[in-house]
Amino acid sequence: MDLAAQFLGSAGARMIVGLIGVIALVSVNALFLIVVERKVSGHMQRRPGPMEVGPHGVLQSLADALKLMGKELITPEEVDKPVYWLAPIVVFLPVLLSFLVIPFSETMIIRDMNVGIVLILAFSTLAVLAILMAGWSSNNKYSVFGAIRSVAQNVAYEIPLLITVMSIILMVGSFKLSDIVAAQSRHWFIMVQPLAFLLYVICATAETNRAPFDLPEAESELVAGFHTEYSGMRFALFFLAEYTNMFIASAIATVLFLGGWHGPVLPGVVWFLIKVYAVVFLLMWFRWTFPRVRFDQLVTFAWKILIPLAFVNLLITAFILKIL
Amino acid sequence: MISLAPRGGIKGETDKTFGKRYSGLNKGLVTMMSYLKEIAVGFYSLLAGMVVTIRYFVKPIVTVQYPRQKLQMTENYRGYPQFIIDPETQTHRCIACEMCARICPSQLITVEGTKFPEAKQKRATKYIHEHQYCSLCGLCVEVCPTTALEFSKVYRLAGYTREDCVIDHLVLLQKRQQEAGLPATPIPTAAEIEAAKAAEAAAKEAKAKEAKAKAEAKAKEEKEVKE
Repeated sequence: MDLAAQFLGSAGARMIVGLIGVIALVSVNALFLIVVERKVSGHMQRRPGPMEVGPHGVLQSLADALKLMGKELITPEEVDKPVYWLAPIVVFLPVLLSFLVIPFSETMIIRDMNVGIVLILAFSTLAVLAILMAGWSSNNKYSVFGAIRSVAQNVAYEIPLLITVMSIILMVGSFKLSDIVAAQSRHWFIMVQPLAFLLYVICATAETNRAPFDLPEAESELVAGFHTEYSGMRFALFFLAEYTNMFIASAIATVLFLGGWHGPVLPGVVWFLIKVYAVVFLLMWFRWTFPRVRFDQLVTFAWKILIPLAFVNLLITAFILKIL
Repeated sequence: MISLAPRGGIKGETDKTFGKRYSGLNKGLVTMMSYLKEIAVGFYSLLAGMVVTIRYFVKPIVTVQYPRQKLQMTENYRGYPQFIIDPETQTHRCIACEMCARICPSQLITVEGTKFPEAKQKRATKYIHEHQYCSLCGLCVEVCPTTALEFSKVYRLAGYTREDCVIDHLVLLQKRQQEAGLPATPIPTAAEIEAAKAAEAAAKEAKAKEAKAKAEAKAKEEKEVKE
């Protein structure tokens, strides 16, 4: 650590240590979330979920991960090879980068950039590019359909998402995530902006391609959607990215609406993680409650309901801020 | 759920509103109200759905972890037939009448029996049930004159070969008697059966001889009376 600090300066050392921590967090988080997802889905259907590997099946996803690592990486003959190989990496890198600016506590933040929220939103958009790359290069009709749906969906839901986030930024006057959290020391923004929270959660569900908006990977019609042709670790990377995206979307919700690291008694990072996983649970709850929407419903919902509501919310926020 | 019409807006009223330009603010307000109402109703129904799932989430699970946890079968479950253990004699009641073997549509029952010297009735010495052919019709259970058969509650019947499915009822009975802590009913050996048969034949012969002697004596008596 000292040696690294000598060579790279304290900022560089912080970066490297942080990245190692992030990679560990990403993999552990994905393994954990997969088990939790299966447990939650099981209990909502009154069955126990995985029970065989480890106590109450907690090591099930570890076993699955080991199996995936051992599997053959199949490259179908007619695929567009460079793009096909690049897509899993492109889907995973922005996910990793988003962790740079997430404030886990007052001090646990790798780089507190003054454009933090913009950086996260920009990088999360890159995931769509990766999905499009995967779908297009796979040379498979189901993959292409999944990719096309994903693009249309993400374009539609990005707009209300950004407008909703704008109303929070209007209140704080800063893009810096630590500033946004610090502004919530007295009351969380969910209390003053409940509609914004609601809109954000809906958009985040759609952005992470989760049910009821999981059309890009609707298994009943598209086999597995954009990752139909992927196997082994390449498939695992898509999976990892999906669950990490869920974590990031929940982390942003925590930062913007639930007061980030603020909370009594426990240290900030614990509070942060509790809140993040509470939002993750909410997303899982959605998934096992609501049936998948039809595609026209999905797009109509975004353009006719979410976007107007987001604009109204922004207008009201701006109006109130001007008066006060 | 919000009814999201593909085109024409909410309930098709928007088009009408825009069609008649000067229909007034009133109609626009009505449309607006129905739009907001639709959102509110839809949101409420989503919440109702979430309440249902969370209620199920906290309810206890209903599935059984099969190899570790097993269910007791209900009274009317039909497993393979087996001997009833008579509470008085603590053994089976089969008299080897072969009614079951004859009525069985798949002809999968083989019964053999012998009358032992001290017994009043015949007893089964062999009862083989080839369960791989059984359709569990229950005719054997119904036809039995001494009600010697019942349906078992066993449902784990997997085997590696067809021969694994063949059930020897007398062996099975011994096993169940052991489990219940009762004295096991011995299965007669071939020698014992032979001896019993011989004894039976001898008894029959003796009886026949006696009868013959009796008849002869009677005939003689009658003759004497006539004379």
